[in-house]
Amino acid sequence: MATKLPKVPVVIVGMGWVGGIIAAELTKAGIQVVGLERGKSRSTEDYYHVHDELRYANRYELMQDLSKETVTYRNNEKVRALPMRSYGSFLLGDGLGGAGVHWNGQYYRFLPYDFEIRSKTIDRYGKGKMPEGMTLQDWGIKYDELEPYFVQYEQMAGISGEPTTQDNVGKMSKPFPTPPMKVTPGMKLFHDAAKKLGYKPYMIPSANLSQDYTNPDGVSRAACQYCGYCERFGCEYGAKADPVVTVLPVAQQTGKLELRTFANVTGVSHSGGKATGVTYVHTPTGEEYFQPADVVVLASYVFSNVRLLLLSKLGKPYDPATGTGAVGRNYCYQVNGASTTAFYDDKEFNIFMGAGALGSSLDDFNGDNFDHTDLKFLHGANIRYTQAGLRPIQHNPTPSGTPGWGQQFKQASIQYANRVLNISGQGASLPFRHHYLDLDPVYKDSLGLPLMRMTFDFEDQDKELVKFIASKTKEIADQMGATKTEMKDSLSTYSIVPYQSTHNTGGTTMGGDPSMSVVNNYLQMWDAENVFICGASNFQHNSGFNPTATVGALAYRAAEGVSKYLQKPGSLV
Amino acid sequence: MANEDKRPPQQPQDDSRRRFLKYTGTAIGGVVVGGIVGGLIGANANKTKSGAPAPGASPAPPAAESDRDYNQALMFFNQNQFQITEAATERIFPADDLGPGAKELGVAFFIDHQLASAYGSNAKDYMMAPFYKAEAYQGYQMAFRRRELFVLGLEALDGFSTKNYQKKFVKLTPEEQDAVLAAFESDKADVQAVPAPTFFNMLRALTLEGVYSDPLYGGNKNMGGWKMRSFPGNQMSYTDVIEKDGLVKIEPLSLHDHLTS
Ligand SMILES: Cc1cc2nc3c(=O)[nH]c(=O)nc-3n(C[C@H](O)[C@H](O)[C@H](O)COP(=O)(O)OP(=O)(O)OC[C@H]3O[C@@H](n4cnc5c(N)ncnc54)[C@H](O)[C@@H]3O)c2cc1C
Ligand code: SF4
Repeated sequence: MATKLPKVPVVIVGMGWVGGIIAAELTKAGIQVVGLERGKSRSTEDYYHVHDELRYANRYELMQDLSKETVTYRNNEKVRALPMRSYGSFLLGDGLGGAGVHWNGQYYRFLPYDFEIRSKTIDRYGKGKMPEGMTLQDWGIKYDELEPYFVQYEQMAGISGEPTTQDNVGKMSKPFPTPPMKVTPGMKLFHDAAKKLGYKPYMIPSANLSQDYTNPDGVSRAACQYCGYCERFGCEYGAKADPVVTVLPVAQQTGKLELRTFANVTGVSHSGGKATGVTYVHTPTGEEYFQPADVVVLASYVFSNVRLLLLSKLGKPYDPATGTGAVGRNYCYQVNGASTTAFYDDKEFNIFMGAGALGSSLDDFNGDNFDHTDLKFLHGANIRYTQAGLRPIQHNPTPSGTPGWGQQFKQASIQYANRVLNISGQGASLPFRHHYLDLDPVYKDSLGLPLMRMTFDFEDQDKELVKFIASKTKEIADQMGATKTEMKDSLSTYSIVPYQSTHNTGGTTMGGDPSMSVVNNYLQMWDAENVFICGASNFQHNSGFNPTATVGALAYRAAEGVSKYLQKPGSLV
Repeated sequence: MANEDKRPPQQPQDDSRRRFLKYTGTAIGGVVVGGIVGGLIGANANKTKSGAPAPGASPAPPAAESDRDYNQALMFFNQNQFQITEAATERIFPADDLGPGAKELGVAFFIDHQLASAYGSNAKDYMMAPFYKAEAYQGYQMAFRRRELFVLGLEALDGFSTKNYQKKFVKLTPEEQDAVLAAFESDKADVQAVPAPTFFNMLRALTLEGVYSDPLYGGNKNMGGWKMRSFPGNQMSYTDVIEKDGLVKIEPLSLHDHLTS
């Protein structure tokens, strides 16, 4: 039997970016918060020996232990879903700071188009432009409404970027707090080539600090050293904004946050349309606790957010047969796969140096920044050259036709180790009726609870997008003075094997219509007014960008929602 | 301690020979001792010689090469498995004029240690039943732990070699070894015990990991893998050089260099 603990005003499930931001905002306002995190505690000292590619990048030191819990996957409803037994397509966060510890820090606000994608698409092209089965939805919030929350995240994290933005992305009411990062020779080649073609390249806004910075909460952090061990690693300088060096210490300093690690939440209890608290298992002892609370916040990333609702029978599960119900609806991902590699026989680059968010990119072919009338897809991609630091186990480039092993492989991979630049597109992923999340009927976690099941594949929309974006990457790469360029422009079946991105979205979508969304635009649950659910699970689709800027803004919005609700319970909209 | 590590090697030739005998002695047994030991000692000695003047290789390795390394021994393989692994990885990443191959870099030790570790027992993988046959895009779906798969794969290499060449894998010519590995890679080897391409892909991935991971794991001996491609290992900062044109050459550092006492 679960031990019942004293009631608290707010309990937050998951202490990553979302949980950390909400904890900081609420505790600063004097509200008592309990934060539950299933993984261990973390601090910067843990990273003094972090420059270890095998341990962190290949053996996934910082990520969720799949032996305890994973996700099952199938391409369509006709086949049996099987578990992701070892890491591949995406890497799930675990422990204090969540995936916010080992992210890159590429920071992109979504486009104004994204938040009103359905209306704007229909306005410009008519309803017929959306293919059969595509379930585009507006988000129930507009860019301008979300704008102040982006600013809050940027000031907190110290985002480094150009002082003004291009005219094809959303306006900023306040410039980034720190200047852009350094420009490498490869970035310059990309930038100049894109300019020559009439495009609008700009420095990727970065959560790796370009200079020392003290944020409005008084947290001081050091500048990035371009150490090249960033994506999948923690930062030993605290230069990469992560929850452990930004929001969590602020929350802890208030004395109002009670942080409990190794607390694996298994369900939300509720009666009469309101949550009463959450149950968790203390993982080292296996003991079960019940934490009652006035407000329950789910900040446990896409899969746990959806799974906890379904396990708790809270909200209406999505049914793809009828298209009704909302929990698990509109699962989307990121459509990578369009790229061109430039090989240089006469030049070497220091591409082993770099930072997670170092690079240059453009949005001329992102969102609805270009005419789709004659194209067989919607939306687009951010096209970029990044210099995130290429390490030798994972980076062994060879021109096509080179054998995969043996002497020729050795020679080519060593020759080109420092002689390639890769231009790629990060494509938007749009929702389809038959892409969704539900509970797996067969596979269980180590506690015996059903795993999350994902039903997803790439569609013609995605294949057309990749073909088009790839041609643009080639056009740019061809202007970069390379000896030769090789384009990748085809996308086949979605595979769980190669890493693509940890940009899973949807399942607890936000919106203005309770039948098409799980939460309103304060991230408050339609079916339980004292439950707030926040993360990329709120996205109605995924844009041609990394998700965390928008996740961060939504977290500030949710924190405001919780404060308002505590003052005056009831629906906030 | 540090001083002792850097002491000049004594009787290098003799030491390397003794170290070699330690690996091979029992595996060979009494059967064909003369021929094999002689032949392999020859190969071993040659390689030490040819490794030294290789362009791009650092001046340090020859001395350390012949230094007896008490940190180097087997945790998981038997000696036969170790030798097959050493031979197979050398074909995947052979010594050439660019520098050392898998054998000299200690890749077989690396693989031995990895299979002995959490990785080898799939400790962080979801290994609960049921197991079903899967499409490639669904990833690894077998009940085998990696260490079981790998050993069966090594046995299959020997089995296939014996069947087609009437010799064990380690005794084939390099060209024959390549043909065996290629048959595994392309699933033309008709292996029953394990899916041959799965084993091959694991072997290939582990080889590259052994060549390029931090030396602390037993491969990438003396950072020889990194040096070949001018990879500086792990440096604390590139702030002052990242904007520069052309390759910046930096002496590599390993995690050992970051230990503070
Ligand atoms: C390698 C990598 C690179 C990335 N790079 C970028 C980038 O450059 N730009 C970008 O925008 N995004 C990037 N991302 C994505 C980014 O990390 C996520 O968007 C972000 O961390 C999401 O924050 P979150 O708080 O929603 O989830 P998380 O950070 O994952 O935190 C969720 C927390 O909840 C905990 N939790 C889950 N379930 C439970 C439970 N049942 N009980 C208790 N606790 C639970 C988890 O342990 C975790 O700590 C990257 C991700 C990865 C893995
Ligand atoms: S590249 Fe910069 S931000 Fe990333 S881990 Fe290194 S020092 Fe930190």
